[in-house]
Amino acid sequence: MTQSVVAPARVRPTSVKPPKKRNANQRRQNRAAYIFVAPFLLVFVLMLLVPLFYSGYLSLFATRLVGGSQFAGLTNYIRAFTDPAFLSGVGRMGLFLIIQVPIMLALALFFALAIDSGRVKGAGAIRLLIFIPYAVPGVVATLMWGYIYGNDFGPISQVFRAIGFAPPDLLSAGTILGSIMNIVTWEFIGYNMIIMYAALRSIPTELYEAAEIDGAGQFRIAWSIKIPAIRPAIMLTVIFSIIGTFQTFNEPSLLHGLAPNVIDNAYTPNYYAYNLAFTNQDVNYAAAIAFLLGIVIAVVSYVVQLSTQRRETKNS
Amino acid sequence: MTTTTSGAPVAPASQVSLDAKGLAKVRKVKPYNPEKRRSKLLTALLWLCGLYFVLPILWLVIASTKDNADLFSTFGYWFGAKFSLWENLKDVFTTGNGIYLHWALNTVVYALVSAVGASFLATMAGYAFAKYRFPGAKIMFSVVLGAIMIPLTALALPTYLIFSHFGITNTPIAVIVPSLVSPFGVFLMRVYAADAIPDSMIEAARVDGASEGRIFFQVGLRLLGPGIVTVFLFALVATWNNYFLPLIMLNSSNLYPLTVGLAQQQATSAGGGGSQALFSTVITGSLVSIVPLIVAFLFLQRYWQTGLASGSVKE
Repeated sequence: MTQSVVAPARVRPTSVKPPKKRNANQRRQNRAAYIFVAPFLLVFVLMLLVPLFYSGYLSLFATRLVGGSQFAGLTNYIRAFTDPAFLSGVGRMGLFLIIQVPIMLALALFFALAIDSGRVKGAGAIRLLIFIPYAVPGVVATLMWGYIYGNDFGPISQVFRAIGFAPPDLLSAGTILGSIMNIVTWEFIGYNMIIMYAALRSIPTELYEAAEIDGAGQFRIAWSIKIPAIRPAIMLTVIFSIIGTFQTFNEPSLLHGLAPNVIDNAYTPNYYAYNLAFTNQDVNYAAAIAFLLGIVIAVVSYVVQLSTQRRETKNS
Repeated sequence: MTTTTSGAPVAPASQVSLDAKGLAKVRKVKPYNPEKRRSKLLTALLWLCGLYFVLPILWLVIASTKDNADLFSTFGYWFGAKFSLWENLKDVFTTGNGIYLHWALNTVVYALVSAVGASFLATMAGYAFAKYRFPGAKIMFSVVLGAIMIPLTALALPTYLIFSHFGITNTPIAVIVPSLVSPFGVFLMRVYAADAIPDSMIEAARVDGASEGRIFFQVGLRLLGPGIVTVFLFALVATWNNYFLPLIMLNSSNLYPLTVGLAQQQATSAGGGGSQALFSTVITGSLVSIVPLIVAFLFLQRYWQTGLASGSVKE
């Protein structure tokens, strides 16, 4: 990831001044650059790197009843790898990743292509409509959907009852993961669509106008010209979705109140880390879980990038 | 790897703002009559899909007009016997001595301060990475990029421990300062600045004797406008919607933002008990909490368009 997104520096000062003066200029410019970067870097180091290393440090200790905090090496990590609660949370998010993310991104891509095709009346309004859930906080979205799913006054149950069927329990052990997938899909289709749509708009129209004149159909154009052209933008949405999925927290934490027996304290790894730290007071183990989660995210993102890369080279 | 991802993610975010008028104009030059190209089937299909995005919010709007009894006894997509929106709104703002107003103000303050700060820091850093070649730039930028992938939770917990060591948990600082870091914002600004500010213009300003700082504030900032708005919007939404960070950092309820406050209110209303907030209050409170951001989206979209129409962005 790190290397992949770095574009080569584009700025090469092209001054033809005498060397002495150029050096002075260069020094002046370097100083200015450092001053511009410094405030961000300061906060970056304090709020990102320091906590990250501190977390890694904490994860190597364990608090014992006798003797307090002691160096424990990789004990916490070994415990995590044999902890069924943690593993089932990771597995659940893996399932989420292979079911929800493709559905969400496929729909986002479809909407982006449809709106970009210029064949939809009121495309601007539709685009805004799809984007608006992104403005709704995850907490409010979960709250709202929780009520809609609910048996008391949820409209879904009401409709089922009105036509004489038993209402489905959307917050049961078998269905709640699907219900959460729906909430996340609803929230983030618009966000992903906007990223893809923006990339579509930046494709020069000549590229596919010629194909259109030659009689290529819209699906053909979308498949052979537009989608390959925005592949990097699609990749970006995939990576963001992977990161987002493994960090899922709001939905289980709020739905826990509505379905306490279905959502345990390790429903997602993130929710588990939170409960470990703040309910069980096991900060060291929580730090190890959070750290592992970061590693899982990095590895999955990397593997996904690598596999698409290989497909690309095979195709070309 | 470099070839696939470089340059491209670039387009999306910066172009969010660019798509509006400039390109729309270009497209009209097409030899096709757009009216002829419209597809009724696709239009119908898309508007049908649009319902999926609107129906939950519509339910929230209708539910806000009902009192607690009607909520349970009437159909979700039709109004109840009594129109109780005003009473509900009154309840929202008076329950718990008007704590909701505190939450709302906290949210606004946290989100605005964080977003202004984050976009300012990201703009300066992104500009420097795009327009200067200085020792260490490459490694610094790589580290910042890698940080995009760090899960927030991995940081929130140690940050909390560090903050509590210095006794600044349960203060606004604890929520605002961690939100000032936006590695993605730096990435966007670097990409945006590379295209939006011609090197020749910076050179010219230097020849005229302008200091580097003056070049940034008088030439750079002006050209970066739409990009800054994009970064600002991302940061604003991220802080406004943040739940995890304030949840762990704050424990006095008059410091809560809306997200934490509403979640707590919902938990008590679902749990039952004596003086709990009613469902109708939580629902109306939820509706009120999303109105400002939706309005901001509509407003900022227009701002982007005018920013683009002036045509100063892309030479």
